[in-house]
Amino acid sequence: MEFQAKELFAKHDVPGAPGIVATTPAEARAAAEKLGVCVVKAQVKAGGRGKAGGVKLAKTPDEAEEHATAILGMEIKGLTVHRVLIAPAASILEEYYFSFLLDRANRQYLCIASIEGGVEIEEVAKTNPDAVKQIPINAGTGVDEAKAREIVAEAGFPEVLVEQAVTLVLNLWKVFVEEDATLVEVNPLARLEGDTLEALDGKVSLDENAEFRHEDHAQFEDKDAADPLEAKAKAKGLNYVKLDGAVGIIGNGAGLVMSTLDVVAYAGEAHGGVKPANFLDIGGGANAQVMADGLDVILNDAQVKSVFVNVFGGITACDEVANGIKGALEILGAEATKPLVVRLDGNNVEEGRRILDELNHPLVTQVDTMDGAADKAAELANA
Amino acid sequence: MSIYLNKDSKIIVQGMTGGMGSKHTTLMVQAGSNIVGGVNARKAGTSVELAGKDLPVFGNVAEAMKETGADVSVVFVPPAFTKDACIEAIDAGIGLLVVITEGVPVQDTAEVWAYLDGKSTRMIGPNCPGIITPGESLAGITPHTIAGTGPVGLVSKSGTLTYQMMYELRDFGFSTAIGIGGDPIVGTTHIDALAAFEADPDTKAIVMIGEIGGDAEERAAAYIKDNVTKPVVGYVAGFTAPEGKTMGHAGAIVSGSSGTAQAKKEALEAVGVKVGKTPSETAQLMRDILQSM
Repeated sequence: MEFQAKELFAKHDVPGAPGIVATTPAEARAAAEKLGVCVVKAQVKAGGRGKAGGVKLAKTPDEAEEHATAILGMEIKGLTVHRVLIAPAASILEEYYFSFLLDRANRQYLCIASIEGGVEIEEVAKTNPDAVKQIPINAGTGVDEAKAREIVAEAGFPEVLVEQAVTLVLNLWKVFVEEDATLVEVNPLARLEGDTLEALDGKVSLDENAEFRHEDHAQFEDKDAADPLEAKAKAKGLNYVKLDGAVGIIGNGAGLVMSTLDVVAYAGEAHGGVKPANFLDIGGGANAQVMADGLDVILNDAQVKSVFVNVFGGITACDEVANGIKGALEILGAEATKPLVVRLDGNNVEEGRRILDELNHPLVTQVDTMDGAADKAAELANA
Repeated sequence: MSIYLNKDSKIIVQGMTGGMGSKHTTLMVQAGSNIVGGVNARKAGTSVELAGKDLPVFGNVAEAMKETGADVSVVFVPPAFTKDACIEAIDAGIGLLVVITEGVPVQDTAEVWAYLDGKSTRMIGPNCPGIITPGESLAGITPHTIAGTGPVGLVSKSGTLTYQMMYELRDFGFSTAIGIGGDPIVGTTHIDALAAFEADPDTKAIVMIGEIGGDAEERAAAYIKDNVTKPVVGYVAGFTAPEGKTMGHAGAIVSGSSGTAQAKKEALEAVGVKVGKTPSETAQLMRDILQSM
């Protein structure tokens, strides 16, 4: 969110007033009394806040309170606004765009800069692509002062701003590298009265894989917006994404689980259009506890009518998975109420299937193929 | 014949003495791989017995290569140390570097990729199951019991879909199956593997498995159009993935309208690649091709 991006900007000396975060209209009023003329801005992880009515200018504390009342609780792109940022109003002469990002296709980094328009950058990119400069950055050498000067010259910043811009580029690069970001965006980067450069709004995407070396990044997680089931799964260390359908999915390996969702959606076309309810990858260690945790999350999803457990035993042996299912059903006891369709294949499949046959649990149906099992799970969800 | 890895490959394991490393070194030895030692600076000079084989532990990759003639290294070290392990192996001039480790910060991988420029090392991964030439050698974690040798070349972003596809086509078998990994930046791409399979006389047809995120499949499609004469069958996972959510693999994310499974499928079909709706349909498409050969 903007206020979080601005915290990271401030940490690395990127100019821009961080503003004051308010969660109630009264707090917004108090902030406005300190700051004077200000802008009340909805804080959600989504673009288009201005167009949605989530950004308003307040000339007085009364107006700030009024705008905060309207904006708090508002929905923007499906996200409820729990906070507003009260930022001092600025006299803007010009708006620019600046970002560093990961360039997957070329396996390096990219700087995108434009002095023609800030917030309308996407429009500029369409109508006047030459005004949007793309400067590749080698991931080995990065951005030093010479590279920063090259970027500033390429972007064409006005002469009077060049020295400020070079410092700003170097500091934004520090945000990108030292915080392990995949995107650092300033939009708009504003030329204010008196020819000073300021980051008026910004966005930073952080690499989750780098969390181990950034303990402070945990605070940026948006706990309010997270789905309660997703939050529960995360607390148990499960890789879970909530979707909208009725067939709960558990599988091993990200690719196989994604594929399972697709196969269930196709199978669902013949069964009233039922769809997958979630993505859940239990990875290689499908022991009883992991399986029980996964089932617990899925069975607590009120939309779920049936569950499809799809495991290909690679390193994981199918007998371990079968014992995991057996143990999970014992742990859950009477809480397990929805039918389970299980497809096991691969390493030690005979023993795995035998364990489940022997268990002979009323909720468990075994089907040998992925397509057949998806069809069965879809049928049960539509019953 | 095969690509990148064969019976003559001499393999060392970086992180062989750790939990994952020792488990999978054992499995690699059982698969017939010629494992010649491991690297762990703190245990240099010792040896470890795995799968009945006494494997020496060296202080660094250069020393291990000098003593054993190794030309392949498989990396199992934790994410925080992966970058340094890769750079050590690249500096030593290893031919093939297979990085299994999941959870490597993408800036570390970007740095390693930049470091590889002008060097002789080929990197596979990170976050991948590695590479198997059935009946000859395994450098990674793919179960060697799924399928034997045969005419199909397989390249995939996903580990378990690699296993699933090998299982579906186990009656035909594989020249080489390579999992390139699901991270936003990987060392060996679909295109690299397609080029190698095209040049490999024992590969008669190619299965290419992709998933949402990035544009690697679209680029591969453009490459196939101009450079690949062997039949290619494709599969793409993630049609039902919602926008903006990472689906397990760090690189598997649809951003706006880019990176969707539909766009990838269309790009592949536009160049004549048959794309299956499910793994089993994909296998059937390949089966039809092989039977008509």
